[in-house]
Amino acid sequence: MAKITLDNLAHSYLPNPTSEDDFALKELNHDWNDGAAYALLGASGCGKSTLLNIISGLLYPSQGRILFDGQDVTNAPTAERNIAQVFQFPVVYDTMTVQDNLAFPLRNRGHDETYVAGRVQEIAKMIGMEDMLRKKARGLTADAKQKISLGRGMVRKDVNALLFDEPLTVIDPHMKWELRTQLKSLHHEFGHTMIYVTHDQTEALTFADKVVVMHDGRVVQIGTPEELFERPEHTFVGYFIGSPGMNVLPVDVDGATAHIGGVDIPLSGGYSSLSGKVELGIRPEFVRLSATDGLPVKVKRIEDVGRHKIVRLDFFGHDINAIAGEDDVVTADMSHVIFDPSHANVYVDDWRVVPDQSHTIEEAA
Amino acid sequence: MDKTVNQKAWFLVLPVLILVAFSAVIPLMTVVNYSVQDTFGNNQFFWAGLEWFEEMLNDDRMWGALGRQLMFSGIILLIQIPLGVFVALNMPKKGFWASFCLVFMSLPLLIPWNVVGTIWQVFGRVDIGLLGYTLAALGIDYNYTSDPFAAWVTIIVMDVWHWTSLVALLAYAGLQSIPDAYYQAAKIDQASRWKVFRFIELPKMMGVLMIAILLRFMDSFMIYTEPFVVTGGGPGSTTTLLSIDLVKMALGQFDLGPAAAFSIMYFLVILLISWVFYTVMINLDKRDG
Repeated sequence: MAKITLDNLAHSYLPNPTSEDDFALKELNHDWNDGAAYALLGASGCGKSTLLNIISGLLYPSQGRILFDGQDVTNAPTAERNIAQVFQFPVVYDTMTVQDNLAFPLRNRGHDETYVAGRVQEIAKMIGMEDMLRKKARGLTADAKQKISLGRGMVRKDVNALLFDEPLTVIDPHMKWELRTQLKSLHHEFGHTMIYVTHDQTEALTFADKVVVMHDGRVVQIGTPEELFERPEHTFVGYFIGSPGMNVLPVDVDGATAHIGGVDIPLSGGYSSLSGKVELGIRPEFVRLSATDGLPVKVKRIEDVGRHKIVRLDFFGHDINAIAGEDDVVTADMSHVIFDPSHANVYVDDWRVVPDQSHTIEEAA
Repeated sequence: MDKTVNQKAWFLVLPVLILVAFSAVIPLMTVVNYSVQDTFGNNQFFWAGLEWFEEMLNDDRMWGALGRQLMFSGIILLIQIPLGVFVALNMPKKGFWASFCLVFMSLPLLIPWNVVGTIWQVFGRVDIGLLGYTLAALGIDYNYTSDPFAAWVTIIVMDVWHWTSLVALLAYAGLQSIPDAYYQAAKIDQASRWKVFRFIELPKMMGVLMIAILLRFMDSFMIYTEPFVVTGGGPGSTTTLLSIDLVKMALGQFDLGPAAAFSIMYFLVILLISWVFYTVMINLDKRDG
């Protein structure tokens, strides 16, 4: 296991990239701590698989270095990096038995048979496939095949990191949860560094200690699930994470107040002279409906999704969402909303702006 | 759900039945008819029973032709299948050169059989042919009209030239269907080039390879035009394959009875071997599954 450092890393699929747009993966510096579980979250085509393939050595970066525990491995071939990777579609050697599949990486590295047999038993126990060892891999279900690819990765003792490239895409929904739980317990027990690529926020948030959100080839935020929820650093994080995503409204900010359509929205802190595209972001969880107080809205639709209700609102021509508890009664005369100021964030050109300290103190005084 | 019974559907099959009847069933029945009768001219036929079949089964000539035929099909399969796979493995995977290779490789497949025969007939001639002349100039004794070994080499090389492309194209299609992830996983598992072939490429190509083997077997077992144009079955009868022998007997000597019996047995042998091959193939597939 190792700490993985990305140093000025960037990649373009074009031979001579000129502008920043040519890069599928924009310049990036990051440390993946030893033994942590990360999720790489983003929409399709945002560069997350590119990043994963660079780490595993299947792709050579256009610029920058990759270090494993401080040692430069940028030029090292995949096999030397001792990483394991589980792919989107299960990769098993069809004609081999489960046992031979698990033993394959060890035999290729010239380990003796008694060691291999012992190791295969251990791994089979870890992934719960002891009773299937003699079966041919071809006839197995997709989830069993994915377990084999995982086992094949973990069978090497010196494995530096386990990489997952959307491993649950072809798995039945009820098995997804089970596999994810199993993966998580394997992580707790054996402490491999894990990097898990997905476009599914639930998968990312439940699996990882830290989630790396990518958008358009750039890492927009790295944080715990809680941080991503409370303080999205980029509007993309705001509406990609959460269901429904964060409400983003174009506003004018003057000190500690945001203006939209002639009404004022109080903010938790003050901001001095913002220029560019200024927006207010607030999650539906922090929008509260009211009959009398707050700002005027029109209720368009209410969707009851079981545990809570999603209220679709029209707010000065912008569609916004609010979440009301299952037991909250939404009545026809509820024509106002209150935004919780402590959970409202201000964005300039899509990036979050921290409230101005001095201004805040001044306001308080 | 109840199935709708509609006998009118038979009318839709009728055109095909008529076509097959005229193109295959009726001619075959004529052959069956000839095989059990004898004639002394004047369009008079006499019942001969299984006499022709017995005669053919005791005829060294037919057994000789069958032996040569099996040897020919065996040799060309042993060369074309591995060679085709080898070519497919070394073809570019994408881009201009991939398309170029595909078109280039298809060319021999588009040339009519008799033209292929003529090309090689001329190519191998010692007096004017590029191949024959060059070999002679190098001091190699090569003459396909007098030396059985040279004749065999010529017809085998010709068939390899003509048909290896087919095997290569089929194998290539099989290879193209393998997702990149397999190769990436193999890299991570530190599999050698041989193991990648043995455990990834070969299993994924197996289906198309089986089809290639079956096609090449049936086709080579029925081959007539190309060797006939080049060697005419000679020198002597050393390259007289089954169909060449059959044509000699039926049209050359006008022995319709024996030739008809011969045809039917020929047909049954192909059917039998193909059926055995197919059954083995299906069972292998099931056993692995």
